[in-house]
Amino acid sequence: MLEIKCPYCGLRDEEEFGCGGEAHIARPLADNPISDKDFADYLFYRDNPKGLFLERWRHSAGCRRWFNVARDTVSHQILEVYPMGAKPSTKAGRAAYEASWRRQSPAEAAARNIPQKTRKTSTSKR
Amino acid sequence: MARKTNIRANRNSHQAVSIDSHAPISFTFDGRTYQGCRGDTLASALLANNVHLTGRSFKYHRPRGIMAAGAEEPNALVGIGVGGRIEPNIKATQIELYDGLVAVSQNRFPSLKLDMGEINSVFSRFFPAGFYYKTFMWPASFWMGYEHIIRRAAGLGKASDTHQDPDRYEKRHAHFDIVVVGGGLAGLNAALQAANSGQRVLLAEDQHQCGGWLRSCDDIAIDGMAGHEWADKTALHLAEMENVTLLPRTTCFGYGDHNFLTLAERVTDHLAEKPAHLPRMRLWKVRARQVILATGAIERPLVFAGNDLPGVMLASAAQTYLNQYGVLAGGRGILTTNNDAAWHSAFALHEAGCLITAIVDTRENPAPAVLKQAAALGIQTRLGAGIIAAHGRLHIARVEIAPLTKTGDALAGEAEHFDCDLVLMSGGMNPVVHLHSQSRGKLKWDERTYCFRPSTSHEATQSVGACNGSFEPSRGIKEANAAALKAVKANGGAAEALDLPDIIARKINYTPMPIWQIPSGLPAGQGGKAFVDFQNDVTASDIQLAVREGYHSVEHVKRYTTTGMATDQGKTSNINALGILARERNAEIPAVGTTTFRMPYTPTSIGMIAGRDIGGLFDPVRVTPMDKWHREAGAKFEHVGQWMRAWYYPQKGESMEEAVHREVRAARQTAGLLDASTLGKIDIKGPDAAEFLNRIYTNSWLKLGVGNCRYGLMCKDDGMVMDDGVTTRLADDHFHMTTTTGGAAGVLDWLEEWQQTEWPELKVYLTSVTEQWAVATLSGPAAQEILNAAGTDIPLNNEGFRFMSMREGHVSGLPARIYRISFTGELSYEINVPARYGMALWTTLMRAGKTFGITPYGTEAMHVLRGEKGFIIVGQETDGTVTPHDLGMSWIVSDKKPDFIGKRALARQAMQASDRKQLVGLKTKDPKQVIPEGAHATLDPDQPPPVDMLGHVTSSYFSPNLGHSVAMALLRAGHTRMGQTVYFPMLDGSPPIEATITDTRFYDPKGERLNG
Ligand SMILES: [Zn+2]
Repeated sequence: MLEIKCPYCGLRDEEEFGCGGEAHIARPLADNPISDKDFADYLFYRDNPKGLFLERWRHSAGCRRWFNVARDTVSHQILEVYPMGAKPSTKAGRAAYEASWRRQSPAEAAARNIPQKTRKTSTSKR
Repeated sequence: MARKTNIRANRNSHQAVSIDSHAPISFTFDGRTYQGCRGDTLASALLANNVHLTGRSFKYHRPRGIMAAGAEEPNALVGIGVGGRIEPNIKATQIELYDGLVAVSQNRFPSLKLDMGEINSVFSRFFPAGFYYKTFMWPASFWMGYEHIIRRAAGLGKASDTHQDPDRYEKRHAHFDIVVVGGGLAGLNAALQAANSGQRVLLAEDQHQCGGWLRSCDDIAIDGMAGHEWADKTALHLAEMENVTLLPRTTCFGYGDHNFLTLAERVTDHLAEKPAHLPRMRLWKVRARQVILATGAIERPLVFAGNDLPGVMLASAAQTYLNQYGVLAGGRGILTTNNDAAWHSAFALHEAGCLITAIVDTRENPAPAVLKQAAALGIQTRLGAGIIAAHGRLHIARVEIAPLTKTGDALAGEAEHFDCDLVLMSGGMNPVVHLHSQSRGKLKWDERTYCFRPSTSHEATQSVGACNGSFEPSRGIKEANAAALKAVKANGGAAEALDLPDIIARKINYTPMPIWQIPSGLPAGQGGKAFVDFQNDVTASDIQLAVREGYHSVEHVKRYTTTGMATDQGKTSNINALGILARERNAEIPAVGTTTFRMPYTPTSIGMIAGRDIGGLFDPVRVTPMDKWHREAGAKFEHVGQWMRAWYYPQKGESMEEAVHREVRAARQTAGLLDASTLGKIDIKGPDAAEFLNRIYTNSWLKLGVGNCRYGLMCKDDGMVMDDGVTTRLADDHFHMTTTTGGAAGVLDWLEEWQQTEWPELKVYLTSVTEQWAVATLSGPAAQEILNAAGTDIPLNNEGFRFMSMREGHVSGLPARIYRISFTGELSYEINVPARYGMALWTTLMRAGKTFGITPYGTEAMHVLRGEKGFIIVGQETDGTVTPHDLGMSWIVSDKKPDFIGKRALARQAMQASDRKQLVGLKTKDPKQVIPEGAHATLDPDQPPPVDMLGHVTSSYFSPNLGHSVAMALLRAGHTRMGQTVYFPMLDGSPPIEATITDTRFYDPKGERLNG
């Protein structure tokens, strides 16, 4: 059982937490043009690396706050814990963040506002 | 020789350091009463009474006796206790004797001495490695029958099948600076050094006294005391220190991530009278900053034909029985070994009165010192030789000893026969690396002592002493002390090295000869069974067979032969199995590798793991404020999540169907009253509350007026329906959301997740208020009159209080919020009062409604009523693959909002597919027929298999208000199939049910009844 340092409560047993899977998956805004295939990168595809992994956890049975954890999936060593919205601050954590294929993905680009004139509204056919 | 029958003759009490020979106690084994002493284990007491035969083996039902003296015992598994306290498969070597203890042998029928299952031995060539896999591959249907018979013949002990466990178990969480596992020489020294450095120390010892091997040997003196005296004194000193927790009778059985240890403390098992205030066991869940493992070593058996006969024992075990318990395990013994250390065990027994007739060593050159001592004691030796076979029926009676070739893999001469009643065997030492290995530490093969030792650690842990392969006592304490200092420093403590105790120990060379099987001189499989894993009945030839059949990986061989599995976890079997596997593969042991040791180290009571989380405490039961009323009214209940909800209220003599139909009719003809308190309720407040809801729900929320209600559907971001409910605007910045009963916690999680992770800029507070409000739903044509009769200051006329709005005021003087919303399609008021007024509200309404025929209705009637209206229930009409469009609810999906959860996904091409399953209504041809929920639809009832399935029925009821059945189904392209006929084949072979596809609104399709 892991021991995780909640940024708000301190060291607690894993059983107080829930794991929310891969962190730093930017959500495309619905009215930005993006293909189904690119959208699937956001919706369905999740990394499962052997080694350092940036993931989201929440202190479900504590303060109920979400935060990020940089955890080695082999050694279970926790490299750092950092707040939601922040980026990793350790060198290895930062490198893992930068190295992710998501940084270049159209889904991540579509998470930012695209200027109105180049925007094409996607509509439901129903 | 004639076996002694007098218990005293078998006891050598001046040496018995672990028992009180003046405190005799009695116990029974298989119904017979015996005497033992306080401090005995069941095993030592049985041996003191000359009882060697303790059980039958797992597969072959061979007679088995006590082979070891600790947790490694593979044979002497017994059942303990009576009634609800029966516990099977306990090692007799680990049971501390108490007055009145009741033990039974296992795995025998009808009796231990005459066992029908022994016939398995006669036919044993049918039980080779992989027997189960081979025999029962085909036909699959036979397996169930075979398994039943074989499991009974080859099972282990039986649990109590009629009684509840009367004992109580506790859990304790704790943090320590340094945890030391094992209270032997090394562990005591490590604990001493750590404790003297001011660290908070936990020392866990498996036995009831510290000392480990110090209690069994007679050749170690420490600070001028006998080893066991030093151990007692040191343990006492440690126990008195404030910063030390010393737990005897405590086994560390698990070692997980981040230095998390689980320990089983046996609190009352050794007591005849169990004090009521004490739990039977305590599970310690310990987080340690540093761990020191001092778990010792286990002697390795030698593999020779007949090595499993009762009376064949590990040499160190025999010495333990002698020195700790004063028990001589036999009168005429033979030692077979490959190392010097075991010679000293034989000498100790010889000097105590067990005539050692021969020492047989596979080596040609044992140390001159042991040869000299053997000569002085008059013990004859056979060097470069081994026991090639042991004979006897229920006990060892005779052995064959033959010279071996230099490498030990063939015979080099004729066999001699020796009579004996005891064989001591020793194949070297296996360090107990289990915990190190559980914590994912690596192992390395030690070429000096031929065993696996810990190499790199994964956690903050160090192994010291015998478990580290350091068998020499002086080396062990040095290691222990250094490890403790290192741990203290790692914790940031200041440590001053203690003086090491002055230790005088015999110099022993612990290097054994690597020999994994003594040859029998016969071809493999013909020389009698030579056991590698006694507990799982795995022989050397099983491993040979596995290799011949192509299983080369150690993990495959383990599973194919079952060696090292179950409670043994390779304690005695591991290295011999690896040695034989390596030999068969012409490989070196390190190249073969070793299997992973898994937790638990020793079998662990499930009762302890469950602790107090049993019965009513297993899972919380939630009841509404009106629960007592429902019970007194004789309601039947159903579980919804953790809630107990009134299901229906049968009156005298009514069946469920009759009761539900009566309730359903009343709700449409007069009035029904439902306890809806379990609905999830979330208070949403903040300047961005409306914007937040606008993104959560599929429809629009920005313009909802204060005091108005709106139905909302929420999707996951894949566009699939997740929950629904009515949400009301209480103020500009304040909303009251309702969710499904079962979905409440999940929806709060969901809202919090989006608020915190995706839209932290939105200023919204979310609070669960499910349990703060009690809700009574009054529904039916008489609802308004009843509410007026109960007395309310809220005007109820349709103009003043419109459908889908909320008014705040009082009902019979109780502060209330009334929501005019309807899940029945009738005029309906959801009356919310603070939870403490729930019962008052309910009884007031029942009293006020009496003359109008008010009828309480349960969840079943609620389902039928909404089924008549075609209202969906999330989780019944939906299953995570259903979109709002599939439900025919496109009207609730906004196409004007820039975004909401699920919006982009609903625009995916796959969501537009014409063959998606869509929700439709069904009317059966025979109006009385009710299609079973879950039934599958087909267009052609006569189609031969594979039948093309259209979809399935999600809800189905008989509607007493309509006089026919109503059903909903998810059918492929269902919305385009209105009027088509579909068939539902029945499992019981009755004719398929025929039905027509319809709209889902069966009752009052125009919604005219909403206004009463
Ligand atoms: Zn927290």
